[in-house]
Amino acid sequence: MSRARYSLAPWARIAGLAACALLTLGPVIWTVSTSLRTPAESFDLPPKIIPTHPTVESYRGVFDQIDVWLLALNSTLVTALIAVGQMITAGLAGYAFARLDFRFKKPLFGLVLATMMVPLQVTIVPVFLVLKSMSLTDTLLGLIIPAFPTAFGTFLMRQYFLGMPKDLGEAAMLDGAGPWRTFRSVYAPLATPGLAIVGVLAFNYHWNEFFRPLILETSGQNYTLPLGLVSLQGNLGTGSISVVLAGVVLSMIPAVAVFLVGQRPLREGITSAGVNR
Amino acid sequence: MTNTRVPDVRPPRTVAATAPAVGGDRPSARDRGTRLLAALFLTPTIVGIVVFTVVPIVGSVVLSFFHWNVIDSPRWAGAANYREVFTDSTVLVSFRNTLVFMVLAVALQLLIALTLALAVNGRMPVWLRSVFRSAFFFPLVLSAASISVVMKYLFNQDFGVVNWALGLIGIAPVPWLTSENSAMAAVILVYVWQQFGFSFLLFVGGLNNIPKEIHEAASLDGATGLRKHLHVTLPLLSPTLLVATVVGVINALQVFEQPYVLTDGGPGDSTRTVVMVIYESAFEQLRFGEASAVGVLLFVLIMVVTALQFRLSRRFVHYQ
Repeated sequence: MSRARYSLAPWARIAGLAACALLTLGPVIWTVSTSLRTPAESFDLPPKIIPTHPTVESYRGVFDQIDVWLLALNSTLVTALIAVGQMITAGLAGYAFARLDFRFKKPLFGLVLATMMVPLQVTIVPVFLVLKSMSLTDTLLGLIIPAFPTAFGTFLMRQYFLGMPKDLGEAAMLDGAGPWRTFRSVYAPLATPGLAIVGVLAFNYHWNEFFRPLILETSGQNYTLPLGLVSLQGNLGTGSISVVLAGVVLSMIPAVAVFLVGQRPLREGITSAGVNR
Repeated sequence: MTNTRVPDVRPPRTVAATAPAVGGDRPSARDRGTRLLAALFLTPTIVGIVVFTVVPIVGSVVLSFFHWNVIDSPRWAGAANYREVFTDSTVLVSFRNTLVFMVLAVALQLLIALTLALAVNGRMPVWLRSVFRSAFFFPLVLSAASISVVMKYLFNQDFGVVNWALGLIGIAPVPWLTSENSAMAAVILVYVWQQFGFSFLLFVGGLNNIPKEIHEAASLDGATGLRKHLHVTLPLLSPTLLVATVVGVINALQVFEQPYVLTDGGPGDSTRTVVMVIYESAFEQLRFGEASAVGVLLFVLIMVVTALQFRLSRRFVHYQ
């Protein structure tokens, strides 16, 4: 079969892939293992992947240096509220664009699509001023509210609702259900997987967000985890590398948990970014 | 096809079909209900987009013609901010750095992602394929800021793992983050390491969309190995390639976290990017007008580059 001439032998291809996968995960593995080593052993070369004297001392160090609980609480609050908010706004707007008839539908949808192209950095100065006029700078609410509307999420949910059979709604209408009832009892329950994609994408993006918090949050009590980590690194000399890395590991845990649980929705969200645009 | 008029073959309207509209233009109760619901459903999104995107874009353009430090009242600047942008060496260098970064990072990212996607698409056990897929996608879920903190240690000249590994194959230690010649390379490597999974996922999705029969037909016609990829797979993948390039370029032009954490724009200005300049001039130096002018130019740059790609793509992209 001509497959035999397919550039590489299968074992070579798989070995190459394995090497690349190791290279990709290497920095993460190194981070975890170094965070479990004593500070004196942090710089050991070759890096010992399995620590000789595993210790969680560095993790205690993180809790001593920064208020991990406060940062985690802030991050959780901001991320969870944005995720829920985006699921609601995108679900409603997506349904309206997919299944309801009203004037200016096309230009309004065009507006939503166009804002997908506008980089955050270009609007950040006026956004900062708008928030300042609402006295929302240096508050968590100032991070949350502007993140509620999501152009991509709206687009995704519109596609999702468009994919559902029209007959379902028509049947409900014939049975006397109004537009709200049709949405509430027929289409909304079917939208859960789509909403999960929006929620997981929002969680991943905003848990890791750095640029907006850096600009909006000026007092330490409003910091989120990524801000706290970078400041942790700034305050200390190179000697406490294992403390910094322990902080990184702590902040990764929820992201990794979402990766494990929400891998499929995340992947679908990213793939559809390419397929549908 | 679209400009040929299709004759109207719909059945003539019967009285029954137009029944709901009887009574002039007054919408029925159900129509009014629908419109009300639509207005209700759209309000949060549209109001949010207007307040936090549309107004700020206009605001950026307006602000770019003023001098303003937030404390004093704004002063009309005319084109002064733009003139300054085109003469300030830091700003000019930041645009050059950003373009260099974009070209190299996107090229490297696409090359790695495409190679790995093709390799993963080959024959192997299902579980192994999903292990590889997850591994390449994993860095995407991590925060760019904290990953950059980690990478700062790995790229350290004296005790970093990167130089140690290079030493194993006989390469002398590289002053990655402290030399003007190599700092950008380090920033690019860190960025690509975290981002290639995005294009990888797009390519895996695109490859899965190519019907198997086409490859089988090509094999029957005698196409093998590299030729098959060049003449069959790539043209079929070209719409996905276009999307990956456009999204990759838009993201790369906005790079911030990696250079901010790894090098703080240095040494000198060698890794200072446009977004770093926007951040520094607005929020460190309180020069909001100048920052807005840089922002507007970045926006124009993104639009031009994106439009250019779509234009160029007409020659290379094949839709099935």
